[in-house]
Amino acid sequence: MEALNYPKFTPEMKRTHKILIPNMAPVQFRILAAVMEQAGYTCELLENCGSQVSELGLKYVHNDTCYPALLVIGQFLDALASGKYDLDHTALIITQTGGGCRASNYIHLLRKALVKAGYPQVPVVSLNFSGLEKDSGFPMTLPFLRRLLAVIYYGDLLVALRAQTEPYEVRKGDAERLQEKWLDTICGWIHQDKGWTNREMKGAMPVIAREFAAVPVRRVPKVKVGVVGEIYVKYSPLGNNDLENFLRSQDCEVNLPGLMGFVQYCAYNPSETARLYGGTFLEKHVSDFVLKYIEGMESVVIKVLRDNGYHAPLPFRELIRLTDGVISTGDKMGEGWLLTAEMIELVRAGYENIVCAQPFGCLPNHICGKGMINKIRELYPQANITPIDYDPSATRVNQENRIKLMLAVARERLAERAPEAEVPRRIAAERPAPERLRSRAGAMV
Amino acid sequence: MKIGLDVGSTTIKCVVLDGADKIVYSTYERHFSHILEKSEELLRRVAEKFVPGGRAHLAISGSAGMGMAEDAGVPFVQEVFATRVAANKLAPGTDVIIELGGEDAKILFLTNGLEVRMNGSCAGGTGAFIDQMATLLKMTADEMDGAAQAAEKTYTIASRCGVFAKSDVQPLINQGAKATDIAASIYQAVVNQTIAGLAQGRPIKGNVLYLGGPLTFSKCLRDSFDKTLGVAGNCPENSLLFVALGAAFYSDQSFDLREVADRLRDRGAGQTYRSQPPLFENQAEYEAFQARHAMARVDRAPFGPDYAAPVHIGIDSGSTTVKVAVIDQEARLLFTDYRPNLGNPVPLIRGVLQQLYDEHPALHVASVTTTGYGEELAKNAFHGDYGVVETVAHFTAARHFLPNVDFIIDIGGQDMKCFKIEDGAISNIFLNEACSSGCGSFLQTFAQALGHDVKDFAQLGLFADRPVDLGSRCTVFMNSSVKQAQKDGASVENISAGLSISVVKNAIYKVIRAASPEELGRNVVVQGGTFYNEAVLRAFEKEMGVEVIRPDIAGLMGAFGAALCGRSKAAPGQTSALLGREALANFSQETESRVCGLCGNNCQLTVNTFAGGETFVSGNRCDRPVTGKAGSGERNLYAYKRKLILSYKPVPGRRGKIGIPLCLNMWELLPFWHTFFTKLGFAVYHSPLSSRDLYLKGQATIPSDTACFPAKLAHGHIQFLSKLGLDAIFYPCMTYNLDEGLGDNHYNCPVVAYYPEVIAGNCPEIKDTQFIYDYVGLHRPKDFTRKITEILRRHFPDITKSEVREAGDAAYAEYAHHMAQVRKEGARIMGQARAEGRRIIVLAGRPYHVDPEVNHGIDTLITRFGAAVVTEDSVSGLVDKFPTTVLNQWTYHSRLYAAARYCVEHRDCDLVQLVSFGCGVDAITTDETQAILQAGGKLYTELKIDEITNLGAVRIRLRSLFAALEEQE
Repeated sequence: MEALNYPKFTPEMKRTHKILIPNMAPVQFRILAAVMEQAGYTCELLENCGSQVSELGLKYVHNDTCYPALLVIGQFLDALASGKYDLDHTALIITQTGGGCRASNYIHLLRKALVKAGYPQVPVVSLNFSGLEKDSGFPMTLPFLRRLLAVIYYGDLLVALRAQTEPYEVRKGDAERLQEKWLDTICGWIHQDKGWTNREMKGAMPVIAREFAAVPVRRVPKVKVGVVGEIYVKYSPLGNNDLENFLRSQDCEVNLPGLMGFVQYCAYNPSETARLYGGTFLEKHVSDFVLKYIEGMESVVIKVLRDNGYHAPLPFRELIRLTDGVISTGDKMGEGWLLTAEMIELVRAGYENIVCAQPFGCLPNHICGKGMINKIRELYPQANITPIDYDPSATRVNQENRIKLMLAVARERLAERAPEAEVPRRIAAERPAPERLRSRAGAMV
Repeated sequence: MKIGLDVGSTTIKCVVLDGADKIVYSTYERHFSHILEKSEELLRRVAEKFVPGGRAHLAISGSAGMGMAEDAGVPFVQEVFATRVAANKLAPGTDVIIELGGEDAKILFLTNGLEVRMNGSCAGGTGAFIDQMATLLKMTADEMDGAAQAAEKTYTIASRCGVFAKSDVQPLINQGAKATDIAASIYQAVVNQTIAGLAQGRPIKGNVLYLGGPLTFSKCLRDSFDKTLGVAGNCPENSLLFVALGAAFYSDQSFDLREVADRLRDRGAGQTYRSQPPLFENQAEYEAFQARHAMARVDRAPFGPDYAAPVHIGIDSGSTTVKVAVIDQEARLLFTDYRPNLGNPVPLIRGVLQQLYDEHPALHVASVTTTGYGEELAKNAFHGDYGVVETVAHFTAARHFLPNVDFIIDIGGQDMKCFKIEDGAISNIFLNEACSSGCGSFLQTFAQALGHDVKDFAQLGLFADRPVDLGSRCTVFMNSSVKQAQKDGASVENISAGLSISVVKNAIYKVIRAASPEELGRNVVVQGGTFYNEAVLRAFEKEMGVEVIRPDIAGLMGAFGAALCGRSKAAPGQTSALLGREALANFSQETESRVCGLCGNNCQLTVNTFAGGETFVSGNRCDRPVTGKAGSGERNLYAYKRKLILSYKPVPGRRGKIGIPLCLNMWELLPFWHTFFTKLGFAVYHSPLSSRDLYLKGQATIPSDTACFPAKLAHGHIQFLSKLGLDAIFYPCMTYNLDEGLGDNHYNCPVVAYYPEVIAGNCPEIKDTQFIYDYVGLHRPKDFTRKITEILRRHFPDITKSEVREAGDAAYAEYAHHMAQVRKEGARIMGQARAEGRRIIVLAGRPYHVDPEVNHGIDTLITRFGAAVVTEDSVSGLVDKFPTTVLNQWTYHSRLYAAARYCVEHRDCDLVQLVSFGCGVDAITTDETQAILQAGGKLYTELKIDEITNLGAVRIRLRSLFAALEEQE
């Protein structure tokens, strides 16, 4: 049980160690790396992928553990084995929610795996808001938290803008280039400790949105697909076999609800718990203060999107209400009620074709994902939801075939609804894409 | 002209339509995975014979056609969608289509809201599954259909995935169940699988259309669907071609067929797939390898007609084969026999024994020892002297070759066994779970599917240049991986090598879960028939980085080991009790299968009657059908817990009737809620112990087929309660459990916590009853009264807070009393066991594992071995909180860790962990529990249980555990 005496991440290591960050959400995490660097850490966002990542995961983690754990741990081990890092001066960082799902245990599985794989000296930092891992937690100062929020606002905005522009752009690559440019710009600001205050963001966001809105587009009706799911397989191309690019190659507009929703969900739950089971006045209302604070910027993002003719997500307060009559907001493990609410939001906003992505055997999604599809269909008959399981051995063919079935139904409906000349007569049969969009080494940016 | 091409997982279908959409030509053929070649050839054939000018409209469909269509630049139509198009045109008025293909199962609801459902990636292929089962029964698919029509009854076969079903069928075959009945049961399993997996609560009614190979070819399958669904489905003309027809109807782009064929040919040439290094670099390496392995030879002695010295016979009646070894007093091998068991080992063993008697008139048999799945049957039938659990037999044999062996891996036809040896005793056993049985029969199935004999097939892989990387998962996944590799142009040689490597990876990473070769030890003996396969042997050595010993009798080690065991047990000059020449000549066996019916378990018994009227009963979970006496439940805390729970009866009350489903956490909280609602004036009804029937009644509303079985049972319980005319059903959501102070938090797992949400969202039954599933927290007694009052008053406005407070106090008291009783009885059982010198097994699971339908009688089984059984929660309170290497945040699992710690501290206690298949949380707890036990020098035993559990494997594990414990002493 040597894993009990794991190395701690001490304050001195801030100077001596390089922190490796797993790449969950490629856009948002790039800004996150900039924020950490600005705070004085040396860090690197991992880009390594390939079959050896999941193989290492399988080798060092119980194989029935969920796929994200296998991948994240595999990606770390693969990086450590690459020879690129000084193993005595490298640390790893991993997020931890502290909820009732298995994910809160990833850090422990990672530590066990490090010992097993021969890197017992590598410390692991926990990024959490629950006060777990007091001795190895990432110091959560208020200024740092504030910058984290900026990461997510900017990231979500850039993802939404590109997703809604790219399928319609006249010159291929415009939206991608623009996203890249703004990512560089924002990271540059962050490094100079600029751009993250409310005032600055209020100034910058409309500029960004206007630039995207200025991209020449041809708005023809396209199949709109929403993606919800377990947070890692939802966002990470490594986790979902590059789902977003696949859907794009199928000529769809893809909507991945932002990371902000998850942050707000995490902020909301403590008070909801206190309301459901009892607690002090402070416990019951602490979430309100946090959410209120976040709301200030949330409304800016929404307004900017709307002003420029883009679809904007519902404000969190309205999102909560969508669960009425479907699932209780007491379901707070994993993505919990949020996942259900996101599906409903997507359906109502016209993204009625949904991929519900989860690791094979994901416990919370038995409830809030697969368990709720029936109810959502009852309320919204137009919902066309397909649950897809991800797993080291689930093959791409199988997953893509199921998604294609969902898309075939979607295309047929689209053709019924929009019989304009621009929609090919037999749109339900797929046309081979002229050049299939292949991702480069897991990078979507 | 219009052409539709449907490239499925096992077959290729093509239709050519004329201008009036009439079929000019159609074909349905197996492609034996030569997808590209076959498609190319077909297109050329069609172009030449039926399409003047070679140009026609073309569309491709089918699961294997996707990438191909893309690369050939031809429109692709998703196959389910194509089916619908064809059905709309050819069979208007259809409400539901059920289509079973080679590896896919689909249901299409056409009316009242279009919905299409396909099997999930876990649900296994149906056509391939039927083929696999037919192979197992040594029948063709047609013969199996014919046989099924003569069936008298059906057995329960797991309906989830092919691999599970296989491990149900094998024991049935071994126990001598009739092939006709098994065949019918297989079709019924397919029906159950389709309905449970795909209908998901939506009723299948109206005009039902049956499509696809299996439903077209098997009348019995159609009948089973008709009967189960209560419909009269129709299998239309061209039922095999609907997908191809749909694609043809949809085609609207014209192609030069020869050009498309050319593109397919070019694609085949330029394909890549994920590969790994070859097994052998060159011939010299291979020869050195062969020479090294040729040295592991057993000593042999001549066995002439006049042989008269004492011999010891070992009989290994395995899952698919029967093996016999005869040795002399010096452990030299005299005779061996190895043959497939053809479903019934008894006549084969008899034949071998007769042969021995006939060829050696002076034969003096000193001992006969049986082992393997059919150990008991063979021992009883022929009066063997000893029975030995197969793990021990294998260990004994391995030690003969390598006295300092520290690791043994045996890969047989159906199962895989690995054991670690420390200090001359088995210290850890790994058996493959039903889900990962990628063993010998797995290779065989693939060899056959690709049109090869298994021996040639393996040989093909030896010099493959770029073996396919197939990963390491279950057969069902492997099917689609192989499919993909074939599509990507992998040769049969490379697929063969890839499959051999995947068997090895499966063993190492799935079953043993080793991270490095050092962990397994350096002195490794590999055995089992599968290791005759040099590709597997080589792959194992390469993957582990060790040179291993493979005895020349690798496939006979069980029998050889059994003979060795007999040799060491037999007294000098002993003569075996084995049936003599005459008795053997007059030997007869009659097999009868019947339901026991002596208790609610309704075990399916197989009764073998031998000449002389002796009987042997198998399939029973307790001794009652043999001895006539019911188990008293003594030494069994599980039985006591069941008794306690079932003693809560409804007391008529003024407020009406309320129901509680006896599932998941209610197995522990029933005392609480029963008391609570009884005090409030409700008559509290609870659903009964789960049963197969109860499960089947609820299975249609299960939305996620990969949830754990205890959760899926909840649907049946709700269904039961909905028929009782209750005023309400109460099943609250509970994020938190009670805090017992053993962990860092006290959550329920997500499934236990929120399953009522799934019930509310998917079970139509609750629409007629008030279903109260609010969020309740028992962990805060002070707040509980207020919160539950608010909830209840929404449904029963007259309830007052003071009433609730009183009821709550009584409920907490009753819960505490209940738990105290369990602990007290646990202490009594342990005390008595200690006084009697019995072993104590802490059978550690969750409260709901007490349900006999969930644990499949494993508790009783353990007591039959003479040990006492207690529960994890009866000992967890005896341990102080201690640090764990994982986040200890679930109440039930904290008990588990504490129970493991208790076992470490008590010499006479050992822990057996029950793990429900699909329990994600247990991926974490099993490793931690094992670590706690091993750090304390204890054996760890994990029993994976599901909807159906192969008790044969469980029995082997438990017997091995007891044998290892004995050896340790």
